[in-house]
Amino acid sequence: MDDVVISIKDAIVSYREDVALQSVSLVVRKGEFIGIIGPNGAGKTTLLTVINGLGRLVHGQACVLGMAVNGRNGIKLRKRVAYVAQVENIDPRLPISVRETAMVGCYGRLGLFHRPTKAQWQNVDRTLNLVGMSHLSQRPIGHLSGGEYQRVAIARALVQQPEIFLLDEPTASIDPKAQREILDLMQLIHSQYHVTTLLVTHDIGTLPSMCQRLVLMKEGKIWREGSSDLMLRKETLNQLYGAPISVPAKPAEDKLLRYE
Amino acid sequence: MQNAILAGLCGGITCSIVGVFVVTMHLSFIGVCIAHAAFAGALLGVWLGFNPLIGALFFSLASAGVIGPMADRGELNLDTSIGIVFSLMLGLAFLFMGIMPGARTEALSLFWGSILTVNRENLIFLATVTVAIVALVIVFYKEIQAVICHREVALAVGIPATLVFYGLLFSTGVTITASLPSIGGLLIYSLILNPAAAAYQLTYSLKRMLLIAVVFGVLSCWAGVAASYLLDLPSGASIVITSSVIFGLAIAFSPKRKVKKWQQVRVK
Repeated sequence: MDDVVISIKDAIVSYREDVALQSVSLVVRKGEFIGIIGPNGAGKTTLLTVINGLGRLVHGQACVLGMAVNGRNGIKLRKRVAYVAQVENIDPRLPISVRETAMVGCYGRLGLFHRPTKAQWQNVDRTLNLVGMSHLSQRPIGHLSGGEYQRVAIARALVQQPEIFLLDEPTASIDPKAQREILDLMQLIHSQYHVTTLLVTHDIGTLPSMCQRLVLMKEGKIWREGSSDLMLRKETLNQLYGAPISVPAKPAEDKLLRYE
Repeated sequence: MQNAILAGLCGGITCSIVGVFVVTMHLSFIGVCIAHAAFAGALLGVWLGFNPLIGALFFSLASAGVIGPMADRGELNLDTSIGIVFSLMLGLAFLFMGIMPGARTEALSLFWGSILTVNRENLIFLATVTVAIVALVIVFYKEIQAVICHREVALAVGIPATLVFYGLLFSTGVTITASLPSIGGLLIYSLILNPAAAAYQLTYSLKRMLLIAVVFGVLSCWAGVAASYLLDLPSGASIVITSSVIFGLAIAFSPKRKVKKWQQVRVK
């Protein structure tokens, strides 16, 4: 049990009269890559917010990285848990560059009264190179396309040196080519750093091949969970989404992109 | 005259700095709201016979302290909570003004401001606030940059983003209070908004934006002092008009307008 990094038991989260999570229990072990799928409103994002301490439990317990999540230790917890959301609308005039945005990732760990060192800036440059964004490092963040913005968001998360990586529909609202590149990048990162990763998506076509376990969520509950092979079956998906769903071709043959 | 130049320097620096925060966060109306709160508090002080700046400080900090949590915890978005506090403060200002006995000369001076007659006490308060705001920006620059540009991201990486955000709202309240006697409650938000909005048009670097906004703010204040001293024009109005002209020029020569044109072409 020593390798358990996330343990959630009977978690209930509600927003006013709406119950977003109902008695959800989940155990995640170190280094796992877990996909969380389900229709809109299934509670996928809420589950991630419980893990990074932003969601407030009405009932139940959550223990993440050995810390009991209690609403008071959220800041401490979030320094160790990276979160990448879907592409947001950014003001094109925002006075912050790609390089500065990536550096924000380490500000939490750095703490108040400390400035980033030269070595940390070098680390940011190396990470931007890894995600293929070093050529745009001085560009204003608001001038990037959706796919480029997501690469920077992933770089920012990596700069944070997280122990858990939460990806909340990172490929939503971006074109198929950029989606493919982001997925390849996530696989590359997981194979290099072995960070425990939870990927939320409602697009089963974007599940990477290294997804060891799939959690299927519906109406605020974990409906089913198991290996990708078992879960990605037509009947199961049809029941999950309440509509005919075509099962994607097996994504295991993906090749990783090489970023020069 | 020396006091006026120093008040212009300090007022220009602080108002422009907090202006950069509110403009970048797209919360320009908060300047209007807190200025009216400070004005209402100052009027209460005039009416009840205590130092108007104490009333202004209390009201502006209270409104800054209400706006953030009301938006964060309630069902309202930030614009709505600012609008509600603004309307309340405007109502209180009219109320205090209406029930105030006798001549309203002091009240009106808070309305218009008078940089030429700013006293030593007020100048020391303004200078202290200026030093404090500049020091806070230097010490917490990275947190401030993260929060005003990416508040949600700042929260997610473990920065005390809510605390920093409320701190920025309080800084706005203190700045407005300190600048009230010299700039005036009616016009101060222009000095917060215009130099920062002008700087926002000219650079993509936050450090440069802060410096440009400060230069514009101080220039506007000194132009107001000069117009007031040499031409006997109202100082507050001169400050606002100068800062508006600077904003107009910044818009006209903004390299960022190219971004807008580029986006329009792309949409087609």
